[in-house]
Amino acid sequence: MISEMKNKDLLVAALQNGSVIDHIPTDKLFTIVKLLELDKCEEPVTIGNNLESSKMGKKGLVKVSGKFFTDQDLSRLAVVCPNMRLTVIRDYEVVEKREIALPDTLINLVKCANPVCITNNEPMKTYFEVDKLKGLVQCHYCRKTQKLGNIKLI
Amino acid sequence: MLIDNYFVTLHEFRKKRLRMENRSIVSIADYSKEKIQYLLDMAQEFERQPNRTILHGKVVATLFFEPSTRTRLSFETAANRLGARVIGFTDPKVTSSSKGETLKDTIKMVSNYADVIVMRHKLEGAALYASEVTDIPIINAGDGSNLHPSQTMLDLYSIYKTQGTLENLNIYMVGDLKYGRTVHSLLMSMRPYNPTFHFIAPKELEMPEEYKEYCKAKHIKYIEQQDFTEDTIADADILYMTRVQRERFTDLMEYERVKDAYILRADMLGKCRENMKILHPLPRVNEIEYDVDDSPHAYYFQQAQNGLYARQALICDVLGITLDDIRNEK
Repeated sequence: MISEMKNKDLLVAALQNGSVIDHIPTDKLFTIVKLLELDKCEEPVTIGNNLESSKMGKKGLVKVSGKFFTDQDLSRLAVVCPNMRLTVIRDYEVVEKREIALPDTLINLVKCANPVCITNNEPMKTYFEVDKLKGLVQCHYCRKTQKLGNIKLI
Repeated sequence: MLIDNYFVTLHEFRKKRLRMENRSIVSIADYSKEKIQYLLDMAQEFERQPNRTILHGKVVATLFFEPSTRTRLSFETAANRLGARVIGFTDPKVTSSSKGETLKDTIKMVSNYADVIVMRHKLEGAALYASEVTDIPIINAGDGSNLHPSQTMLDLYSIYKTQGTLENLNIYMVGDLKYGRTVHSLLMSMRPYNPTFHFIAPKELEMPEEYKEYCKAKHIKYIEQQDFTEDTIADADILYMTRVQRERFTDLMEYERVKDAYILRADMLGKCRENMKILHPLPRVNEIEYDVDDSPHAYYFQQAQNGLYARQALICDVLGITLDDIRNEK
């Protein structure tokens, strides 16, 4: 009980303005940290891993003071790991709490695996449609598909 | 603030895609029956009278970033016979793309001069991208191994002309079904017409799984076989031959074993249906013996000629010229 309380404290307390990303699978925590470029962040950052979770057993979380992520940032995260949770805090109040869902389209996030696709040979944005049921993404230009688990981010 | 480019970019993309849907022809795989019929009627009109002045004053640009003499000559003849003027290049070595100019810049530059761009490119998706960066219509004359809609259109026109219909036909595809983009495009375009496909190919070059999945999803009947004999082709309405290329094989022993198994000879035509026609996207190497050329079933040279009428129809369609405009032309 006490440890649960402490976990909760860690999650939201003492954050005046900022974002919390929770429900991170433990093996993905450092990938997420890297994608969010938290190593370059000069604001206070809290990174926790192997924390107890009733839902996941163990989980990771990151708490960043004074930072609000764009949808583009969050989409990048969702590609690597769906179903994480975002909490946005302003003036000590939770103003937004939601699942970081994988969008239906991925713009300029994913590299096409097809070497003869125009997107790999021209300075341009990539555009992928997501098939969540099949776990596939399809290049809008060359129409080749890739598995979500195999994709490379730009 | 949470301002992001994301939605702006999404909006921009949708706008571009909408623009593309207006005029350009990048793919015809998802065209409706009505649209296909409309283009077939238009091609028929041009076959009746190919020489016209309906494009007088228009400039057609043919940009061949990858050489393809046959397709280029066909498009240029189509434009010339409709009274348009033609500009363009036949070899990217002589253009600024060899100096490192992007496709976007080349397309935007040529868009200042021409009313329509016909383009061939070795990269997949190039035509779609080009259609998104310009306001003038693009006709895809082949983008890598991806799409080649004008070839599909002339195949459909050839089938329609020789069979009198596109409905309920037995279409036999022979040879390289793995890499042959013409068979893939034709397969998808025949979707609304209840065809039965026979895929005759060596194991290494069989129809890719994604197209078989496509057939299943669209309830298109297909049969796969490796034997290519007088008996196995007896029920064909259309025999669509393709070239088995040596460079496609990882195992050259396998190539040696199958290279002669998919050659059509005149003595294999004894049991075939009277209405059966042999199509081939050309050029052929040895997959159709020369003794077949004299058979009434041989249709590949007329098929190439049909390309002229099909391409005349495509050029007019992207320029907003209707079938009525063509019929009423004085």
